[in-house]
Amino acid sequence: MEATLSRTPLYARHLELGARMVPFAGYEMPVQYEGVIAEHRAVRADCGAFDVSHMAELHVDGPTAGAFLQSVLSNDVDRLEDGRAQYTLITNERGGIVDDVILYRFAYGQYLVIANASNRATAYAWLKEREPRGTEVRDASDEYALVAVQGPRSLERLGLPDAKPFTHRMGELDGIEVLVSYTGYTGERGVELCCAVEDAAALWDRVLERGAVPCGLGARDSLRLEVCYPLHGADITPETDAISAGLEWACALHTDFTGVAELRRIAEHGPERRLVPFVMEEKAIPRKGMAIFGGGEVTSGTHSPMLDRGIGLGYVPAASAREGAELVIDVRGKPRRARVVSKPIYRKGA
Amino acid sequence: MPASESYPDDLLYHPEHDWARIEDDEAVLGITWFAQDSLGELVHYEPPEVGTTVAKDAPYGEIESVKAVSDVIAPLSGEVLEVNAKAVEEPEIVNDDPYGEGWLIRIRISDPDEADDLLDADAYRALVAEQ
Repeated sequence: MEATLSRTPLYARHLELGARMVPFAGYEMPVQYEGVIAEHRAVRADCGAFDVSHMAELHVDGPTAGAFLQSVLSNDVDRLEDGRAQYTLITNERGGIVDDVILYRFAYGQYLVIANASNRATAYAWLKEREPRGTEVRDASDEYALVAVQGPRSLERLGLPDAKPFTHRMGELDGIEVLVSYTGYTGERGVELCCAVEDAAALWDRVLERGAVPCGLGARDSLRLEVCYPLHGADITPETDAISAGLEWACALHTDFTGVAELRRIAEHGPERRLVPFVMEEKAIPRKGMAIFGGGEVTSGTHSPMLDRGIGLGYVPAASAREGAELVIDVRGKPRRARVVSKPIYRKGA
Repeated sequence: MPASESYPDDLLYHPEHDWARIEDDEAVLGITWFAQDSLGELVHYEPPEVGTTVAKDAPYGEIESVKAVSDVIAPLSGEVLEVNAKAVEEPEIVNDDPYGEGWLIRIRISDPDEADDLLDADAYRALVAEQ
């Protein structure tokens, strides 16, 4: 089936900026403007802006919404206060990961789930099918644009006050009403700005005028991998569980949610394999799907612009999942050595 | 600084976006401006070993950007005489100067007639214009 690609409200802006557009999660998205490495470095050193309007926004509202979310999400919704956000997982009965999302609480019975673009339909259907009386799940993705502004100088450039990570509030940027969320996918300080679709182009223009460098999906991927943030569909999937993926910190195993029994069992016995970060010891770039000798597999790999080496994430047998362990990766038929490192792969000033 | 688009007249071209500069019974091989631009900033070049042979239309090495891997296709057959070590150490020179400092290998040509199958600069420019 040939599906037509969707466009974000910033599509015309990307073309004007000379972006190279690629299909991603059903959208035509910018993979790079000037170049992945320059964009990556701009975020590490100063400030970059990403159009992430393709991501899904699902409102979950109603008097029973909190209890409902507690039953379908891995983290502890009861601990989430108004104005706070939480990284959490939609889990299946086997403890597999349907999607990883950020949950925002605005007020009692008023929540927003930001889900991965590629899982928009799946996440919405998953929640909608389980929605109890007193909860309404609504896909509002087409009503909002989302611009991530990331980097050590991002708040200064935007003229926004500093705040704790994983907090959010309504605010304004040069007269445009935005939800300012102190979250991101780069490991840097920064915000994600959510606005109405009709304000998207103006918001993007203001952000760039304030000195943010436009960044594409290429840099987004290399930035997140340097700090070991998992990518759904690659490092975590409905077939991989949160414990093996190292996401036990996002699972409140004392609460009752879908798949919790299986996750408790895996946590108690220890997983058979674990997702580990690694750095290449030889000149080679690991890529998704490459075999790791001894029964493992690379789930994400790239060239780290900051380390100037190949880096990756992959599942290895639990015995090999210790810092310093040597891995051998099958790089298109050539064995190449890598070493398991601690998270994050890249640390500022290291 | 990335090079600007060009396809020098003194080279022969393979439709897989590789070039050959024939110098008597030897040839210098590399990838075209179009190839490096499509890949983006290059961060890894996996060359063949000196003394091995390369076959026309078959891959002889790999070149990688942050996002993608691409085989490098041989426009001519022959024995590898030299690998550009600088391109291995600093693959970005292939972006900066794809026909000069960013050459990839030098071969001894095994079948000079193969050159008749390759495109001249005008024919290659026409091919690129269609893409």
